[in-house]
Amino acid sequence: MDKIQIENMNLHYGDFHALHDINLGIQEKQITAFIGPSGCGKSTLLRSLNRMNDLVEGCKITGDILLDGEDIYKGCDVNLLRKRVGMVFQKPNPFPMSIYDNIAYGPRTHGVKSRARLDGIVERSLRQAAIWEEAKDCLKKSALSMSGGQQQRLCIARALAAEPDVLLMDEPTSALDPISTAKIEDLVLELKKDYTIVMVTHNMQQATRVSDKTAFFLLGEIVEYNDTETLFSVPSDKRTEDYITGRFG
Amino acid sequence: MTENTALRVARPAARTENGRRLHGHLKSRLQKGLVYGAAAITFAVLLFLVAYILVNGIPQLKPSLFSWTYTSENVSMVPAIITTVEMTFLALLIAVPLGLSTAIYLNEYATRGNRLVNIIRITTETLSGIPSIVYGLFGMLFFVTALHWGYSMLSGAVTLAIMILPLVMRTAEEALMAVPDTFREGSFGLGAGRLRTVFRIVLPAAMPGILSGVILGIGRIVGETAALIFTAGTMAQIPGLLQSGRTLAIHMYVLSGEGLHMNEAYATAVVLLVVVLLMNLLSALVARRLTKQ
Repeated sequence: MDKIQIENMNLHYGDFHALHDINLGIQEKQITAFIGPSGCGKSTLLRSLNRMNDLVEGCKITGDILLDGEDIYKGCDVNLLRKRVGMVFQKPNPFPMSIYDNIAYGPRTHGVKSRARLDGIVERSLRQAAIWEEAKDCLKKSALSMSGGQQQRLCIARALAAEPDVLLMDEPTSALDPISTAKIEDLVLELKKDYTIVMVTHNMQQATRVSDKTAFFLLGEIVEYNDTETLFSVPSDKRTEDYITGRFG
Repeated sequence: MTENTALRVARPAARTENGRRLHGHLKSRLQKGLVYGAAAITFAVLLFLVAYILVNGIPQLKPSLFSWTYTSENVSMVPAIITTVEMTFLALLIAVPLGLSTAIYLNEYATRGNRLVNIIRITTETLSGIPSIVYGLFGMLFFVTALHWGYSMLSGAVTLAIMILPLVMRTAEEALMAVPDTFREGSFGLGAGRLRTVFRIVLPAAMPGILSGVILGIGRIVGETAALIFTAGTMAQIPGLLQSGRTLAIHMYVLSGEGLHMNEAYATAVVLLVVVLLMNLLSALVARRLTKQ
């Protein structure tokens, strides 16, 4: 069974029909990439998976999104859902507090109080996000003093500290330099062993480098969804071919 | 013909370009001069004011001005100092929680275009434009007379709280608005609810801005006379909640109004200056403590 199953999903922002009849299965412990030109709805779909769109006024969703077979829009605690489905944003957004407190924010939110347990979680998360070596001596320092790439890895660590099953990444490297980007990509490939990852990217090379499956979006529809290798080498739709060969977008 | 016109156009253009460069240079120097001049004037006025008060006031500071009780012989200002601190504390105790909660509601909870929100905004804007004497009159008619609170600290503090409420609320709202949405998203994305997000992420980040509103509020409370004469009265004593008291500003007003104690009025001004400074310092310290947690 797929980790996340999206069935006949439609999304409206007020009068604007942003996503049309989306059907998609996201497999467990794989990396799924969403590609497509700006404004095609890929971020919108990503944000529907942990109900971040609830915060947007006038946003209406029909159809079903199932996580482990349960509909996340029916009778499900949003906060628990967001604990299970973590998110990393386009721009690194560490809170204006210490590195330690940033990581501990999620576990504290979900009731972890013991200092020893928090210490353990902080170290484990920072190690998982490959930033422990850089951060271990300055856990008390403000997270805002780190570089952009470090901040983004910190945000990944922060998401991991809440012990999610799924990690959503909304163009996680678009604000970073090539070296930081490479580090994040390596990290994502490492995390795949334990987490289901869905990643929006503007960068097609990035999709081919890291993802197992790729969905190509255009004007609020999924044009094509396939194994990354197949989609990029023998696209079945003309529009996909035009996009990946750089004819538009 | 065309060549001719081209030439005729070209020459003045060249000249104006030179002229423009010179003109631009002059203009930027002029602007620089104006800016520096304005800064110098502002600073000079402030310096003159403070120096004037200090020069006139400090020689008048006598130990008898600081005796515990006021008599018409010693004209002690100690009751007024205590009343000022008490009044500030009471008024802030009412205005800050109320103003801050309203700001949080407006900025974090209310949906956009909500009619109640618009009504609250218009109301506060109107409130902030009303002269303080009108608040005083209202306070006298409502709190002092209708509610039978009499001339008291309570009547005065509630009146002042209403008076500074728009200020506290607006600055708090601005401060909350300035907190980037990415912080809120990050918090929600980790499964935190709205309440936790507001108290753990948004408020600490907005604290410096909120505090600047509180400091402005303190300034208005400490400097207020009109609204207080009608509500808290002018008794020179260390007042309880339902007793009349005079703050330093009113003390000064009464002393200089009577014309018998001008020197003591100057001394009071020095103390008032120091009290304001201390209170601002204290709130800055409190804010730093709060932000650290």
